[in-house]
Amino acid sequence: MILIAIDHAHGAPRRGAFELVSAARGLGSDVAAVVLGGPEAAPVAAALAAFVPSVVHVDDAALDHPSHERRTTALASVAGELGAEVVLLVAGRGGQAVAPRLALRLGGTLLEDVAAVRRDGTAVVAERLAYLSRASLTVRATAAPVVVSVKPGAYPAAAPADAPGSVASRSVAFTAADDAARPGERRSVARGRVALEEADVVVCGGRGLGDAASFERLVVGLADELGAGVASTRAVVDAGWRPYDEQVGQTGKSVAPKLYFALGVSGAVQHLSGMNRSGTVVAVNKDGDAPIFKASDYGIVGDVREVLPALRAALAGLD
Amino acid sequence: MIIATYVKHVPDAEARLAADGGRIAVDDHAYALDGMDEYGVEAAVRLKEAGLADEVVALAIGPARSEAALRTALALGADRAVLLETDDDLDPLAQAGPLAEATRACGAELLLVGGKQADWDSAALGPAVAEALGWPVCDWTTELRLEGREVAAVHDVDDGSEAWSASLPVVVTTQQGLNEPRYPTLPNIMKAKRKPLERRPLTATARVVTLAAALPSRARRGVRLEGDAATVASELARRLRDEAKVL
Ligand SMILES: Cc1cc2nc3c(=O)[nH]c(=O)nc-3n(C[C@H](O)[C@H](O)[C@H](O)COP(=O)(O)OP(=O)(O)OC[C@H]3O[C@@H](n4cnc5c(N)ncnc54)[C@H](O)[C@@H]3O)c2cc1C
Ligand SMILES: Nc1ncnc2c1ncn2[C@@H]1O[C@H](COP(=O)(O)O)[C@@H](O)[C@H]1O
Repeated sequence: MILIAIDHAHGAPRRGAFELVSAARGLGSDVAAVVLGGPEAAPVAAALAAFVPSVVHVDDAALDHPSHERRTTALASVAGELGAEVVLLVAGRGGQAVAPRLALRLGGTLLEDVAAVRRDGTAVVAERLAYLSRASLTVRATAAPVVVSVKPGAYPAAAPADAPGSVASRSVAFTAADDAARPGERRSVARGRVALEEADVVVCGGRGLGDAASFERLVVGLADELGAGVASTRAVVDAGWRPYDEQVGQTGKSVAPKLYFALGVSGAVQHLSGMNRSGTVVAVNKDGDAPIFKASDYGIVGDVREVLPALRAALAGLD
Repeated sequence: MIIATYVKHVPDAEARLAADGGRIAVDDHAYALDGMDEYGVEAAVRLKEAGLADEVVALAIGPARSEAALRTALALGADRAVLLETDDDLDPLAQAGPLAEATRACGAELLLVGGKQADWDSAALGPAVAEALGWPVCDWTTELRLEGREVAAVHDVDDGSEAWSASLPVVVTTQQGLNEPRYPTLPNIMKAKRKPLERRPLTATARVVTLAAALPSRARRGVRLEGDAATVASELARRLRDEAKVL
């Protein structure tokens, strides 16, 4: 059977959960979802039952914002009990840390950060990017169970199933090792704006914006108008104009929106590796030789300070 | 207290790649210490300079050429180095066991691992070796403090950042923002040549097999729009709606 681990926030599954449903359906029809968390997670489990035949809710408040170790133990316990052959997680920050621990704990194999996963007979085969996303590898797991972390955005969100599934609650026992780490206070990024990995449109600004105020006015302004996520390059983050969690690239987030605006961004390999799976890419840069143009569908050679206000006016004028 | 810091010899960002019979071939001269690992070496050396650690041991798994990455770590301030030598491409899970063993063997209680390797593009090694050691892991760490045996850190989570604390031993994965790595000076590069570097052969079995490799380049339209700002802007808006159909 295929087990999917559900990420959730504010009592609802994150979009990645529905992408995992799509990935799991491609591997088999016997799919179960596992939801971790106290009573606040109950509606998440109920929501998932519309998509998969069986949902397990590990109902324990110790799993609200858990350490990687607690999460690993809870998932390992459910995967073991259900005899999961494949466990799918979203390759966000949390999933990337839990998946390797889980794979080792289960004595299986890890296929991490994959763009696609399929069966080849009984084997599990995946496509993944390597070398700063410049190369694509087809990889096969040598031992079951196979833990797979799936890139956000790699699969479309699934539609509900024809028949609703069932929800079962269970508990899990933790060990002292699970409590060695003590996660503390969380600082979330500004609410109200769509999460970068979930955004259909991402507006990214680079050093070409000149300063923090212009970034705010031009990049954030356009993003808010489009209901888009805001991203930045490392140069912008290093300059202190924007927070780390907006950075896209090798050390930052990996995004694949339908539309990506790269504004005043040179297009360094480390940046491209975080955005080159985007659908349509638009670049605005005053240097016609900037490498970003080779990675773009539409390129405008010009000054962001002139092009952006004009673009906002033009977008507002579309009927 | 002994700190182990893992370093990897990876192709630099501009290295020429070729897809060659199911493998990626890299120009042999284009390898360097992984940029992500520099933050770990720097963090370890600073803790030692502050009198909070007694020894910094650089560890690597890889072919003979990996010695260059270890020499860089030694030039940056590590005291000694160990290379677990293998020509096999090992996935993070296959590396975790030997790396955990080497970490224990040198008596380290803090292991620093780069947040994401620039060859396998994986953030898995740190968590995998933490599992093999039975230690907690703090991933994507941007702040790290040590007081006695207490580690206090801040790290990235999916929608922001989180404080994190634990007692030694722990694994910490490093990234940009943790510190500003120094450059090796010429005298330190010379000194590094005389620091101890031990090579041990490694036999391990890969758990993941690469069946095929390719260098995809996503076909882009490559349209250049020219003219004054208002003209190109309305042309772009129209094409995004009618041609790319993304609005
Ligand atoms: C280990 C490592 C990891 C890294 N990880 C990342 C990462 O995750 N993400 C990332 O982004 N980078 C990363 N980098 C850094 C990367 O190499 C680049 O330095 C960075 O992406 C450059 O950011 P930028 O394009 O904003 O700035 P620049 O390279 O300075 O480019 C600014 C661009 O703006 C243009 N410009 C200037 N003024 C204007 C104007 N008025 N109008 C229009 N255009 C203008 C310029 O022509 C130029 O092309 C990493 C580097 C290393 C070594
Ligand atoms: N102290 C140094 N020793 C050797 N190279 C250096 C030193 N400082 C900076 N560099 C090099 O100068 C370039 C620019 O460095 P930076 O100003 O830090 O971006 C980098 O490619 C470094 O390799």
